[in-house]
Amino acid sequence: MATTDSSSLDFSSLPDEQGHFGPYGGMFVAETLMEPLRELREAYHHYLQDDTFLQELYADLQDYVGRPSPIYHAERWSRENGGAQLYLKREDLNHTGAHKINNTIGQALLAKRMGKRRIIAETGAGQHGVATATVAARLGLECVIYMGAVDIARQEANVYRMRLLGATVVAVESGSKTLKDALNEAMRDWVTNIDHTFYIIGTVAGPHPYPAMVRDFQAVIGREARIQMEQKIGRLPDALVACVGGGSNAIGLFYPFLNDPEVAIYGVEAAGEGLASGHHAAPLCAGKPGVLHGNRTYLMEDDHGQIIETHSISAGLDYPGVGPEHAWLRDSGRATYVAISDREALAAFHTLTRVEGIIPALESSHALAYAAQLAAAMNPEQAILVNLSGRGDKDMHTVAAREGIEL
Amino acid sequence: MSRIATRFQQRQQQQRKLLIPFITAGDPQPELCVPLMHALVEAGADILELGVPFSDPMADGPVIQRASERALAHRVTLRQVLEMVRNFRQQDSDTPVILMGYLNPVEIMGYSHFAEEAAAAGVDGVLTVDLPPEEAAPLLERLRKHQIDPIFLLAPTSSEQRIQQICDAASGFVYYVSVKGITGSGSLDIDAVTTKLEQIRSHTTLPLGVGFGIHDAASARAVAAVADAVIVGSALVRQIEAHTHEPHQIIPAVTALLGTMRQAMDGN
Repeated sequence: MATTDSSSLDFSSLPDEQGHFGPYGGMFVAETLMEPLRELREAYHHYLQDDTFLQELYADLQDYVGRPSPIYHAERWSRENGGAQLYLKREDLNHTGAHKINNTIGQALLAKRMGKRRIIAETGAGQHGVATATVAARLGLECVIYMGAVDIARQEANVYRMRLLGATVVAVESGSKTLKDALNEAMRDWVTNIDHTFYIIGTVAGPHPYPAMVRDFQAVIGREARIQMEQKIGRLPDALVACVGGGSNAIGLFYPFLNDPEVAIYGVEAAGEGLASGHHAAPLCAGKPGVLHGNRTYLMEDDHGQIIETHSISAGLDYPGVGPEHAWLRDSGRATYVAISDREALAAFHTLTRVEGIIPALESSHALAYAAQLAAAMNPEQAILVNLSGRGDKDMHTVAAREGIEL
Repeated sequence: MSRIATRFQQRQQQQRKLLIPFITAGDPQPELCVPLMHALVEAGADILELGVPFSDPMADGPVIQRASERALAHRVTLRQVLEMVRNFRQQDSDTPVILMGYLNPVEIMGYSHFAEEAAAAGVDGVLTVDLPPEEAAPLLERLRKHQIDPIFLLAPTSSEQRIQQICDAASGFVYYVSVKGITGSGSLDIDAVTTKLEQIRSHTTLPLGVGFGIHDAASARAVAAVADAVIVGSALVRQIEAHTHEPHQIIPAVTALLGTMRQAMDGN
């Protein structure tokens, strides 16, 4: 689609009342869910203006999650890499080890206000499942997590963690047995148990109001980062870089900067074995618009509209769709989307670990790899802020297996 | 008048409730679809509902999900489904055919192109499960241009306001989903269905079909007493699944079940 002049657009006003970001987003669900979505929309609009709710949310983000997460100047990595200064927003230091909990805390508090006593969620790598099980344990809510059988096999530690936290983990055996099928199954549970169940979607996808609501809960990342960068370098960074699966950590960082045209924005998708191989998870770079999981967005699909299997070394990016706001940012030209292969992400994983003593998640390693390329073409007075969305402890088995080591 | 409206009118005059079976096109083999459609009509179907297989059938239970997977294993596409309808029409020009499925295959074909091809193939109604009226205007315009009835779902959760909005957008008939849940789930509460149908009738004169949760002769008879049409899907698809490895048994098994429902509804 044509790139418009993005400097004249007000990105902070989106979505519209029906959840549209330009032609993307919306509410594409079966009739049974329309009324529950309306109730959710009203509750979310109400409580986002409610001081008592917000105070409870901010207190939890501070004392339970550990916010604000610091920004770290990766000086040695910047020097070795050459070019621009690299800064890391340390979402890996949050409780449960990733940005996911910013959203689950918010939605779980909302669930409680709405009188729902049962929480369900889908998960791919298990990070969102763990973050959901964690807040459910704390609030005393029943918790059921849907996870593809293939993902369960490759993320055993997180499955065990969720069970420790008291959640029921349901193996999804339908379709490709990965994240997209877990989402289908969670939707089926929700439609069956809508009276007492709250569905905590983990990314900025799904029907309205989820993309906007998850963004608003994740936007704490970007709001903090604006203040922290002003403190560190006296101005906003020249560029932001974040990985994009569904795109929640990315939109959380990007959103408060969308109306600052001097800040360049880069979203990094998973190129898997390379875009040309077809084995990737990069709908914005190599997909087409379509409708899946309640919204219109870019998808990995065949010529007949069937969703195709994706591939990425990181389970958290292994998703055939992407949040509708990213689709709109892409078409409008406000953000640029690129793709990084499994191999490039692994190299960045090792570099950051060895040079800075920080083990990044494989998802975040995609952002790191692109940031390093970008920095090399910039000068040392410039600054790039990378969202280090999660820590890599969960990926030990995957990385070791690549090197022929069994843990 | 559309083929669907005509069929409802005929049956009302005959004081006969309509029976609408659902099968997934291409399950378990593409070549079985058209013979199965004819057999269903023979066994008492008034309208046929043909599922368009989709990789991510979010509103369907395990039985219809697996039917979709079996059809997709044969790479059945929306174009092929239209071809099946075209073949069916060579011998049957009276029985209305409704396509039921998800939006994405239609979206990628293009609304105008789809509406044109569907009308040419002999499709009478289109039900896209994940397309509520809020998002439906562009597709509705194309369907109406080709005299195809847009069929919409109403649910136990639908408010007065939504009932009105959906009845205004729909034509042919309105499909009431009798349970909160997915296809093939739960057992239906006939009193609750009766109450909701009365509420819907205060908003529209369109005929009302009821589906989800009808699995045998008794539930078909109970629903026929309060609705204009009985829609049955998973129960039939379960028969198909049970005979996947002996496909010659599929038509006898499916028509036997449909036949008992027909008899129960007609009071025999």
